[in-house]
Amino acid sequence: MDRPSVVVMTDAIVVEGLVKRFGATTALDGVDLTVAEGSVLGLLGPNGAGKTTVVRILTTLLLADEGRAEVVGLDVVRQADAVRASIGLTGQYAAVDEYLTGFENLEMVGRLYHLPKADARSRSRELLERFDLAGAADRPAKTYSGGMRRRLDIAASLIARPRVLVLDEPTTGLDPRSRLVMWEFIADLADGGTTILLTTQYLEEADRLADRMVVIDHGRVIARGTGDELKAQVGGQRLELTVRRSTDLAVAAECLRPLAVDAPRLDEQTRRLTVPVSGGVDSLAEGLRRLEGTDVEILDLGLRRPDLDDVFLTLTGHAAEENGGGTTDDETGTQVPAATGGIR
Amino acid sequence: MTTLGQTLSDSATITRRNLIKVKRVPDLLVFATLSPIMFVLLFRYVFGGAIQVPGDVSYAEFLLPGIFAQTVVFGSTITGYSIAEDLQKGLIDRFRSLPMSRSAVLIGRTVADAGSNSISIAVMALTGLVVGWRIHSSVPEAIGGFLILLLFAFAISWLMALVGLLVRTPEVVNNASFIVIFPLTFVANTFVPLETFSPVLRTFAEWNPVSAVAKSARDLFGNTPAAIPVPEVWSLQNPVLYSLIWVVVILAVFVPLSVRAYRRTASR
Repeated sequence: MDRPSVVVMTDAIVVEGLVKRFGATTALDGVDLTVAEGSVLGLLGPNGAGKTTVVRILTTLLLADEGRAEVVGLDVVRQADAVRASIGLTGQYAAVDEYLTGFENLEMVGRLYHLPKADARSRSRELLERFDLAGAADRPAKTYSGGMRRRLDIAASLIARPRVLVLDEPTTGLDPRSRLVMWEFIADLADGGTTILLTTQYLEEADRLADRMVVIDHGRVIARGTGDELKAQVGGQRLELTVRRSTDLAVAAECLRPLAVDAPRLDEQTRRLTVPVSGGVDSLAEGLRRLEGTDVEILDLGLRRPDLDDVFLTLTGHAAEENGGGTTDDETGTQVPAATGGIR
Repeated sequence: MTTLGQTLSDSATITRRNLIKVKRVPDLLVFATLSPIMFVLLFRYVFGGAIQVPGDVSYAEFLLPGIFAQTVVFGSTITGYSIAEDLQKGLIDRFRSLPMSRSAVLIGRTVADAGSNSISIAVMALTGLVVGWRIHSSVPEAIGGFLILLLFAFAISWLMALVGLLVRTPEVVNNASFIVIFPLTFVANTFVPLETFSPVLRTFAEWNPVSAVAKSARDLFGNTPAAIPVPEVWSLQNPVLYSLIWVVVILAVFVPLSVRAYRRTASR
């Protein structure tokens, strides 16, 4: 998460007062954001929040009704062609031609970025190698798994070494293993100095990859900051403990108090105790050790990290899922399991 | 701004991509060709006995240019289908995010579809030769006949491109174009001489560009029965010119409209 931050001179992406309406629906209602050159910005929000609309305006696919956007100092409307030459886009759907082989797909995109033929070919080979697709290079993309298609799609967007890469929900719909592989590739790119704007529904993903995050809901920015800052706003990690007898709650709370970074919450009804902590699994282990010395009967003990739901619950008062639909935006993705650690 | 050279090279890249699909999924071309072969055989042997063409030309000779015309027009509907499919799969988004020419995707599509249409015509011509069709004109005239057919189909491809960009669902594009293309190719002199039509249909058929295209091909292949009087309408007395005017008008209207729609389109 904490990549050594580069000395920032300029912003590679500048978005100011972006407004976009689709008929009666306002998809974007004045979005401002900047992404420093060489950094990774996570654009977070539930389905229909407007993430994809921001992406489409930045990548010249859609015109904003109001406001402006610049990529590497170029206006996305007036200098659209120059913007296109400087960006790589990976959309929500792996936009690969399934009848072409992996190699042919990359070569085609390389040619359309106007790389000389030899460059397009050598670069294609190089990227297939790098994204673990060399073995499948000469097979039609039709035969690829979902994870392979996404990798091919990202490879395609990198073929002309763009200064800015836009990834729209790069792991939505992927199985957990492919997701991890994808995260490693994205982290590598970021380490290589590519400026990345990443949209995601998953706080864990943004946490893992992004230097800074912007959370949007109903087309408005509702929070921004580093992962830690956001988590500080939503309360950070905590131990959740369920006991058999409600009378044990106070005992358990007292016992765990040394670990708490904030006041524990007791809920007699559900016999649940919530203790804000900061030590991750160490807190969990320590809590368990401490509780062993008491006669508190534990039904369930777990470490919970804040996820996007918590962010939304805290910032907007409603859960992320209740929010979907409305705009033409964002496909429903498979929900990633909440980032829980420890025993359950 | 992209230069003309870039537009050509981008279009060539897209054409190549589309032709690779034809190569990888030969079923597409097989079925696209089987139906015209079926048409040739059906009309030749099922209706052939019932439909009399007066004079020295056999029904097979009269029929084939009509089937060519119908098949290439149907063949162009694939343009709309493919573009809607590319839209649906997000490929158009990818192309639109690239610094490539704004017209290359459409040019590459229509040119590739003209290529598949050429293959269809070649297969049908061979089938025709088997069932008794012959070319009685000179080589340049015969080439002219094939060119008119392909040019007209190319123009229809651009119309279909616009339909594909606006309708966006491949299956719907197919059904929608069927409703238009079917009457257009049947209410014409494609299969039967116009003498048999009722006056209203006849007027429509006389000015229907498909009639002019079929008539051009017939004239240029030397398949026009001398015994059938040429209708007293300008369109069929000057079928080549009339066909070319349609080609130019369709292109002049639908190339700019399609490119404009492409620039503005946004999948989903």
